[in-house]
Amino acid sequence: MALTKDDVRHVAKLARLHLTDEELDRFTGQLGSIFHHLDTLAEVDTDGVEETAQVNGLVNVDRDDPVLPSLDREDVLKTSERENERGMIKVRKSI
Amino acid sequence: MDRTIKVLSEKLRSGKLSSVELTEQCLKAIEEQNGKLNAFISVNREGALTMAKKADEMIAKGEGNELTGIPLGVKDNFCELGVESTACSNVLKGFKPPYEGTVLRKLRGLGAVFIGHTNTDEFTMGGSTETSRFGTSRNPLDPKRTPGGSSGGSAAAVAAGMVPWALGTDTGGSIRQPASFCGLTGLKVTYGRVSRYGVMSMASSLDTIGPITQTPEDAAIVLKVIAGHDPMDATTPQQEVEDYPAELNKEVKGITIGVPKEYLDGLEPEVRKVFDETVKRAKKLGAKIQEISLPMTKYGLAVYYVICPSEVSANMARYDGLRFGPKSDAPNLVESYFESRTKGFGDEVKRRIIIGTYALSAGYYDAYYKKALKVRTLIVNDFKKAFESVDVIFTPTTPNIAFVTGSKGSDPIQMYLEDVMTVPASVAGVPAISIPSGELKGMPLGLQIIGQHFGEGRILQVAHRLS
Repeated sequence: MALTKDDVRHVAKLARLHLTDEELDRFTGQLGSIFHHLDTLAEVDTDGVEETAQVNGLVNVDRDDPVLPSLDREDVLKTSERENERGMIKVRKSI
Repeated sequence: MDRTIKVLSEKLRSGKLSSVELTEQCLKAIEEQNGKLNAFISVNREGALTMAKKADEMIAKGEGNELTGIPLGVKDNFCELGVESTACSNVLKGFKPPYEGTVLRKLRGLGAVFIGHTNTDEFTMGGSTETSRFGTSRNPLDPKRTPGGSSGGSAAAVAAGMVPWALGTDTGGSIRQPASFCGLTGLKVTYGRVSRYGVMSMASSLDTIGPITQTPEDAAIVLKVIAGHDPMDATTPQQEVEDYPAELNKEVKGITIGVPKEYLDGLEPEVRKVFDETVKRAKKLGAKIQEISLPMTKYGLAVYYVICPSEVSANMARYDGLRFGPKSDAPNLVESYFESRTKGFGDEVKRRIIIGTYALSAGYYDAYYKKALKVRTLIVNDFKKAFESVDVIFTPTTPNIAFVTGSKGSDPIQMYLEDVMTVPASVAGVPAISIPSGELKGMPLGLQIIGQHFGEGRILQVAHRLS
């Protein structure tokens, strides 16, 4: 599948990344050759093969849900450069 | 090998050396060599000396174990309490974690000495440390060459004698390849053997944590401490932790070593020669050698470079510039995401986010992501079948010796091809260790020993016997 500049521009936007024209050109070329390699997967016959997402055999790990001590809210808020108010990080308007 | 964990811990216990003295020696070695090698991106002198003093008190009371009082380098993608930890990415600049993960907590409790953070490719995406915001590290054996990556700073630090050992992470070869390039031992554990809590995620179904050491014996000592179930990481099973150092003394005699022909096709003749000699040495120790086939090997790289970027695109979504990292002054929320991420991530991270977002998008999900997960099953089956008739598998760790820094140019595929021998074990989640097996042009070549799920004891033992 040939990856176009429009594809790259669209996907970058979905991932919240701006690309300059130079980056768009460069990435489109590089990603084209990467996908060319990834397309070799189409050669493999996978009819009736199940997918593997977890390799060590664990299925549905349950645990009790007790209340345990958690991180101090003030300490956690310190990792943000933004102001905070009533224990919450202040952000700009979203709409 | 007079600076191994094993030897140094005996000196500490017998009172011939104190942890403070040892830590001072390490700090001096870093001061002398780091300008040239760029192995450490930060050094915590005061913190390390405080930890060393505490370790000396523990040793005086007979507390702790072999790792007590021994300094180590911590790869920069580990969250260390109160110490800037950024996975060498601008997007996390200034981030001082308010907590610490399980591996560092265990080591801290034992009185290990955290001396500083080691260089890595940005969020571990790379094979040379060239994508780090701090610039590349250099190979102590030949500074023109890369120490490998992504745990290249850890490998360079150990190879230069700055620290006896260092922590790394391995998603597609990031411990094994640098260990191979620097003439060291690098252990990639079974997926889930060591808790990933408190380590920045790259590809969550592939990421593992392990040591880079001077000997397999040291790797066994470290693994015994860091392995095990952790309620904070649901992917760690309740699987018993073996007494790895005790496993080392078992005989190699009578075990069967599989040599997969797919890994040897097209190998440089000199590299092949070194590999063949290592196989012969194993034979002399009484092992049986059996040629095997892992037919899906050639698709390992493609499977990896679909799954890894797909998981990357999801994991990198958390870097929004709100909770950590440099903030943006953009006028609205969405634009602030764009600005923080565009400025914060380097090219390789952006490429992988784009590949992954594309591979997971409607219309391409079946052709790439779902297809890769199916071929992943076939790779897992390849290994399962092989392990019906062999105990361990031998391959070279890398197709060649450490490459010259910058020589991979602008085509990312050239760098990805470096991973061709290490990614299949990652995709299958089986453990693998790299140990030095010989030299070419004065540079080390590594042997990769692959084991069965949770078979770390066996591969460490074979590695130990061959060392």
